[in-house]
Amino acid sequence: MIHVEGIGKRYRLGQSIRHDTLRDAIMHCVRIGRGPQNPIKGRAEDHFWALKDVSFDVAEGEVVGIIGRNGAGKSTLLKILSRITPPTEGRIRLRGRVASLLEVGTGFHPELSGRENIYMNGAILGMRREEIKAKFDEIVAFAEVEKFLDMPVKRYSSGMYVRLAFAVAAHLEPEILLVDEVLAVGDSVFQKKCLGKIAEVTTGGRTVLFVSHNMAAVQQLTSRSILLADGKLVADEETARVVAAYLSSGNQRAAAENLFTSDAQFRIRSIRFNEAAQEPGFDKPMRFDLSLSLARSFETISIGLGIYNSLGARLLTSRSVIDNLDAGNPRLSIRIPGHHLPPGNYSLALGISRGLEAIYFAENVLIFSLSDVGVSDPLIQPYLARQRDQIGAFIPGIWERV
Amino acid sequence: MPAESRDVEMVIAPPSGWGSIDFKELWVYRELFGFMVWRDVSVRYKQSVLGILWALLTPLITMAIFTIIFGRLAKIPTDGIPYPIFCYAGLLPWLFFSQSLQKATLSMVAERNLLTKIYFPRLIVPMAATLAPLVDLLIASSVLFAMMFYYQIAPTPHSLYLLPLCVLWAWVTAVGVGTWLSALNVYFRDVGQLIPFVIQVWLYGSPVVYPASLVPPDFQWLYALNPMAGVIEGFRWALFAHGDPPGSLVLLSVCVSAVLFVTGGLFFKRMERSFADVV
Repeated sequence: MIHVEGIGKRYRLGQSIRHDTLRDAIMHCVRIGRGPQNPIKGRAEDHFWALKDVSFDVAEGEVVGIIGRNGAGKSTLLKILSRITPPTEGRIRLRGRVASLLEVGTGFHPELSGRENIYMNGAILGMRREEIKAKFDEIVAFAEVEKFLDMPVKRYSSGMYVRLAFAVAAHLEPEILLVDEVLAVGDSVFQKKCLGKIAEVTTGGRTVLFVSHNMAAVQQLTSRSILLADGKLVADEETARVVAAYLSSGNQRAAAENLFTSDAQFRIRSIRFNEAAQEPGFDKPMRFDLSLSLARSFETISIGLGIYNSLGARLLTSRSVIDNLDAGNPRLSIRIPGHHLPPGNYSLALGISRGLEAIYFAENVLIFSLSDVGVSDPLIQPYLARQRDQIGAFIPGIWERV
Repeated sequence: MPAESRDVEMVIAPPSGWGSIDFKELWVYRELFGFMVWRDVSVRYKQSVLGILWALLTPLITMAIFTIIFGRLAKIPTDGIPYPIFCYAGLLPWLFFSQSLQKATLSMVAERNLLTKIYFPRLIVPMAATLAPLVDLLIASSVLFAMMFYYQIAPTPHSLYLLPLCVLWAWVTAVGVGTWLSALNVYFRDVGQLIPFVIQVWLYGSPVVYPASLVPPDFQWLYALNPMAGVIEGFRWALFAHGDPPGSLVLLSVCVSAVLFVTGGLFFKRMERSFADVV
């Protein structure tokens, strides 16, 4: 049971009068000529509300998604619910133990062995020693690190590290579980396993608040969602509708800039849905512009695009190879004809590989829309009115009498 | 969290006023406290090649330097106790205190990862940081007893209870000052830079290399404002029973420690609410 009532959280803005060093604070006092200023308070104009007037209720055993763009206040809300930071106003009443998976691996110490870290991390997450002992084998088996238990985790591969961290967190048994973006870790096989574990947890009668950018996961796990925008609650209803609302107007992100790949010499300066080049009408080619910054030349680069509808279903995959990219700032453009996608809102996943090695992958890089201007096809129009965003590729087949 | 029953309703609301320290909650989180101490201790000895040898080398080398400079060259009187053991007996509580203070001051910033991700009573952090140096103290004590054997000095019967009491007193002082400084260090990182100087000045303001009896009688009360003066004199007196027992001024020292301890806790508690936003 969670009862959130008018919660607000005010943060101080920027560096204007923040004193990171004692000298700054002293200099400030000297300049202003009055007593020491509380570094936390300051003037009204230096504040902004990360959350404002948010109210909702979650029943016992309910699984609720929290959706919103970066900076919408999702993490702040979870931080307040998990008591990491207090609210500026409002009240929350809740019943039961709260545990959060805000970021797996918190409190892992590189020098300690896997075994020691399980105990340490368990204690940090609020498990008792007997509880950890009882679950120890289960945790180790889930993480698949049996052989490396007595090795310091600094020698673990990043995959092993993440698996172990998630395994500890996943075996918590709180009444209220807060989950934030844990699915962004590990390889895809392990991500599936994590999702399975979370699904298992959510069916166990536990109350779960689930924050994610992965709309497919949100829809799979939750039936109701809350949409936050600029710190305010803008929707609180059935997940499918909230997800659609999120992906529809106002939430478009037609360009993304400065994305870092795991290869420091390969930087994505920007990726953009080229709206200007979009001809009106159904099934007209889509264009994406990619601008790179390369510190050296690359022989074989393959670029994969995935297009998802607002329900998070993958509709289309495109993969192409580019040979012999020279160092510098090459600009590339890809044209995708014959996609059969009707007007609606879509999101783009981008993956880049150097040879066979993946150096970049992200979902929801762009959220773009194909407009319905000029779509007069009588076959599509009725669907557009009712089930916008959810049709998938539209291909009128030809029935024949046989 | 661990012991909260599912039937207990919790209210999260904006903090107001100074608040008080929730001892019940601290008790609930005792296992985490224990794990943090254990982690600090085990990491300390895992990361260094010489491991526990450092716990012996630090006081031994310091003692050797002080003995040459202050014992041989400056010929500081020591109430009739051989300088090396006089100095070593002062260094033990001092090093425990200074290491605890240093660790506590830097602890909040060092644990920023935890502070921004997980809830637990924040007071655990500086308090746990002060306990790991206790292991060093125990290891280094073995040398003290070896030296007493060498110099044929039998410890007084009082030392049985006085030594632990003095260590407890040093700990209380370290926690008191440490909570103040660790909370300040979250907001002003200079505090961390300042701490080596604070410790150095404090060392010479404490009777480590010289006896407190060297301080003119008129200034003894001023000297007693430094709790570590009381701790170190008490520690030595428990071992050597030289001269009169430290008198009423000890009471003043104890009071200073108690005030630091209580105000440190309250100040920390007051600042705690915005740690996660600022650190």
